[in-house]
Amino acid sequence: MNGPTAPAAATGPQWGASGVTVVFGKGSAQVTALSEVSFPVPRGQVAAVVGGDGAGKTTLLRTLVSRVGPVSGTVSAPPQRQCAFMPTGASGVWVDLSVEENLNFVGAAYGLTGPDLEQRKARLLETADLAKARDRLAGRLSGGMRQKLAFCMAMLHEPDLLVLDEPSTGVDPVSRVDLWRLISHAAAQGAAVAMATTYLDEAERASTVLVLDDGHVLAQGTPSEVLAATPGVITTGTAPAGDPDLSWRRGRAVHSWHPGPARPGENALTPDMEDSVIAATLARHTTAGGVT
Amino acid sequence: MKSMILKEFLELRRDKRTMAMIIGLPLILLVIFGYAARFDVTDLKTDVYGPQAKTVAGQLKDPFDVKETSTSKGKDQAEQALREGTVDVAIVTGSSPSEPSTAYINGANLFAAQTAVASIATSEAPIKPDVLFNPDLETSWVMVPALVGMIMALIGTLITAIGLVKERQAGTLEQLAVMPFKPTDVIAGKIVPYFILGAFDLVLVTVLGCLLFGVPFNGNVLIFALGSALFLLAVLGLGVLISTVSQNQGQAMQVAMMSIMPQILLSGMIFPLESMTWGVRWIGYLLPLTWFNKIANGVMLRDAPLSSLWVPLLVLAAMAVLLLGAAVLRFRRDLAPAMPKIPAKTTATAGAGR
Repeated sequence: MNGPTAPAAATGPQWGASGVTVVFGKGSAQVTALSEVSFPVPRGQVAAVVGGDGAGKTTLLRTLVSRVGPVSGTVSAPPQRQCAFMPTGASGVWVDLSVEENLNFVGAAYGLTGPDLEQRKARLLETADLAKARDRLAGRLSGGMRQKLAFCMAMLHEPDLLVLDEPSTGVDPVSRVDLWRLISHAAAQGAAVAMATTYLDEAERASTVLVLDDGHVLAQGTPSEVLAATPGVITTGTAPAGDPDLSWRRGRAVHSWHPGPARPGENALTPDMEDSVIAATLARHTTAGGVT
Repeated sequence: MKSMILKEFLELRRDKRTMAMIIGLPLILLVIFGYAARFDVTDLKTDVYGPQAKTVAGQLKDPFDVKETSTSKGKDQAEQALREGTVDVAIVTGSSPSEPSTAYINGANLFAAQTAVASIATSEAPIKPDVLFNPDLETSWVMVPALVGMIMALIGTLITAIGLVKERQAGTLEQLAVMPFKPTDVIAGKIVPYFILGAFDLVLVTVLGCLLFGVPFNGNVLIFALGSALFLLAVLGLGVLISTVSQNQGQAMQVAMMSIMPQILLSGMIFPLESMTWGVRWIGYLLPLTWFNKIANGVMLRDAPLSSLWVPLLVLAAMAVLLLGAAVLRFRRDLAPAMPKIPAKTTATAGAGR
């Protein structure tokens, strides 16, 4: 992968969500998908949102592109024409159209024609390493290639706000590198990039990280701020140190967590993003009334 | 194996549409075939014209149901009445009681015409039959105009519903919703291609039907085109509507077939509407194909004038507006963002307009 995404100088308005609460359903079926979540997405930066299944990542991204209306809070986004949304699993790609036809359709939707469209297509396809596949049906592309096509389609009109829902999920490591190159390039060009990811090593490369759990904010800030705010103490060993429900495997090692300060003789581990997110989740569930 | 059977029942129990088909379809088929599947016509709307009209009308027995007798009307009025479809049989008497009468029969109404010919043959009254519009009582002449409608119903409803659901299933409908399209652009963009394909098939089937089966096209092409366009819009609306209540292509196909089957059985295409009991006949009048059949049959075989087809045209127009309107409203809802069911407090979206 490339080096970390350097926060670019943020100019112009800052997009994002502020104190947003989203509720689905009615009466007894009511579910709070997001609870007073703030998620700033500055221009020229990549803001990542991470969390487990059902944490509220997709809902948060959908509020940014006006696909979900919050019951309270504020969403700030450019006009829809200047937004782009890449849904998870490259589901925004028309599989019965070729790579080129997909891009032509999106180009026509945004009023792009002639040499301008051709130049943008050529540049994106070249960067995404899809130039040789421009006549291939999108349905016949590999998962990674289709994700990259979806990204190219989202970037074609050079949006101010680029919203990516798990762009690299299910993508092979090489394509992930390509995708990150594209994402970094988009941010470097000045786009505000909001992305959800399940890969915590990717989140560490973002300018800011929001950790969600069950619609609540667990941690937020730059990656180093999130790591520094890791609650409790994490240790490593070959077996769980204490409650097995507070331990998890990392390769051959077992990491264990407990709240509060380090105990005598304990060697606290410097957490990475994965350890930090797990610790924050365990801390929330422990204080909420026992580990679940 | 027990667990496999149990799993299948659990899945079926949750698949409400399939369960509805399993339970409802036999009942529907029983009712339709029990009350609608009749080829015998027991009532022939008949006018009797000519100097001996009252005498001849008095001699007529069932199935002739005399609606009007007139001594001042003649052959021209008889042909006109048949052309307009107001009667099945128009009898024109001779000038004296000994002179045989001529029964002009609407051959475009096949089963009624067959009944009329058979009844006249066994009648004691001196009447000779003259079948108009379909002199040899060819089944294909009656079926081809109806088939045109059936094919359009298949394309309009089934193919449209499947095409739209495919977009939803693939997730690209969501993508369209975030692109700078107005909902009307998306809806029109999805409907217009199917309208064009349906219109192409209409022309193809009509021309081939005429060439292969010798079916005449006696009437006004513009009336036929107007009726076809209205019918196509109605069935397209039905297709879009079905797509909005279906989550996948299988469901869309199920519902579309359940909407097409009654149209084939109850539109008068196979079984004459007049032979059905009112308990099921009224369903036929709610179906677009019933009214298109009246237009296609009337224009192609009888050269029916606009004045006699305004009712089916009006009904199809109303159906098109109703179905397309409902479809557009539901489709717009699919494209609209998910909004809170409880009142929003301080929601504000800066510059998120299209």
